Amino acid sequence: MFGQLVINGMAVGSLYALVALAMVIIYKASEVPNFAQGEMAMVSTYFAYMLLISDRVPWQLALLGTLVFAFVLGMVLEFLFVRRAKEPTVLDLIIVTLGMQLVLHGLAGWKWGPDQKDFPLPISDTEVVQVGGVVISYLNLTTMITALVLMGLLYAFFQYTKIGVAMKATQQNWMAARINGIRTNHILGITWGISSVIGALAGVLFAPTSTLDPHLMWDPLIKGFAAAVMGGMNSLVGAALGGYLLGFLENLFGLYISLEFKSIVAFLAIVLVLWFRPSGLFSKHYERRV
Amino acid sequence: MNTNQPLLRVNNIETYYGLICAVQGVSLEIAPGTITAILGNNGAGKTTILKTVMGLLDDQPDKGSIYFKDQRIDDKDPEQIVRLGIGFVPEGREIFDELTVKENLLVGAYTRRDRAGIRADMDRIYGYFPILKEREKQLAGTLSGGQQQMLAIGRALMSRPQLLLMDEPSLGLSPMLVRDIFRIIRQINEEGITILLVEQNARMALRVAHYGYVMENGRFVMAGTVQELMEDPDVQEFYLGMKKETSVKGYQRWKRKKRWR
Repeated sequence: MFGQLVINGMAVGSLYALVALAMVIIYKASEVPNFAQGEMAMVSTYFAYMLLISDRVPWQLALLGTLVFAFVLGMVLEFLFVRRAKEPTVLDLIIVTLGMQLVLHGLAGWKWGPDQKDFPLPISDTEVVQVGGVVISYLNLTTMITALVLMGLLYAFFQYTKIGVAMKATQQNWMAARINGIRTNHILGITWGISSVIGALAGVLFAPTSTLDPHLMWDPLIKGFAAAVMGGMNSLVGAALGGYLLGFLENLFGLYISLEFKSIVAFLAIVLVLWFRPSGLFSKHYERRV
Repeated sequence: MNTNQPLLRVNNIETYYGLICAVQGVSLEIAPGTITAILGNNGAGKTTILKTVMGLLDDQPDKGSIYFKDQRIDDKDPEQIVRLGIGFVPEGREIFDELTVKENLLVGAYTRRDRAGIRADMDRIYGYFPILKEREKQLAGTLSGGQQQMLAIGRALMSRPQLLLMDEPSLGLSPMLVRDIFRIIRQINEEGITILLVEQNARMALRVAHYGYVMENGRFVMAGTVQELMEDPDVQEFYLGMKKETSVKGYQRWKRKKRWR
């Protein structure tokens, strides 16, 4: 029973971790919690849906196309809206992301309609594999593996590639990055693109378990945000761990206390973490010089 | 005197912060291979000159022009200016705290692609500052102030600049370290890099520099070779702390009239 709980927690936690990672990557670069993250993922998921139902491209290619679309979407949004703000405060940027959220939400409702659609991903949510008394659906397995692979890729990207290191440098000290020749505007655009791709992955993997409508990502976004706050908004590792922890806690709560009130776990976790360890459970805290 | 054309030529620039004119018509020329020092007290506008040359202030300079080797650079971004061959060691180090020492140096070489050359330059910098080699894998934020300054200088050198702008490299360092840093500055210069140095530590700056400018309230009030500046009574009294006049009451007269006003 407990093993099953861990696996279920990990599966849903993988989704939270993806959303949390997407948010933290943008937070570290633009210093704003991107509340349009969910809507960006939702629009990308709709794009995947269009490709999948068109029957003209194989589904693998459709997913690949979706990731490309998500990357471009992230870059375009950054270029069109975020970059326009002149010397913005954090509050200004939050308003910008909220505005983008409304625009994307409205756009999706207008283009695809408010009705609920089935997301035809050919990875089954009901067929299961059984490993040592623990059952796990193919979709959940895919989600978990995708999340782990992605984390590995992100680690390698930030550790070993020139552009990854430049991205970290830009996040830490904008001016110093510029005087070393880093085109910080490009870096910021790429950051948004990568974050959008991660969000799109979460959307595509989440949609089959839910139904596709413009509200698709509201729940995962809040949970992902909670996971990010829990792990520490400044730490990628923290965000991922926070995601898994939240998924696990939710399932624990659902099993032993109340299934109906499972959703409050996220809020409870935020409150408790902010109370006792405001910089997050797993973040190393550095003083930032102003 | 070097008869070559100047490496950097600044023509009558004015730089504003909003409505405040921080640099009010400054011109300077830097001959290749020299060290030029700009002296002056807090708020004189020294740092602003460097930031203006580096292109860090948006839409500035408001007036005037800046040429680097015949190329006009006052409308360019710092990203482009670095690529032309100007390095910048900013005030207060501004290293990347959460990158390792090695990563900091690699970011310094961001504009370059020649792997072998980058490795050779890194070894050269470890030669100047052996302590950085020892701390190669440590996060830069955990270094001491002096080591961070060394790292900032090393990082700027990694782009292979022809001209290095240095803003207060001695700030907040112990006298021993200041001497070390200035020894390296001289060594870097002898290896062929032209240096524009902004300093409050006038004594140290004049010891390594060839030419100097004295700045007050956004303007240059004196210019000349180091020899000329050292012999000037105003510079001696106000920047080198040698007092000539004592009042009958035995304390230094603070408001002695400066002759350049």
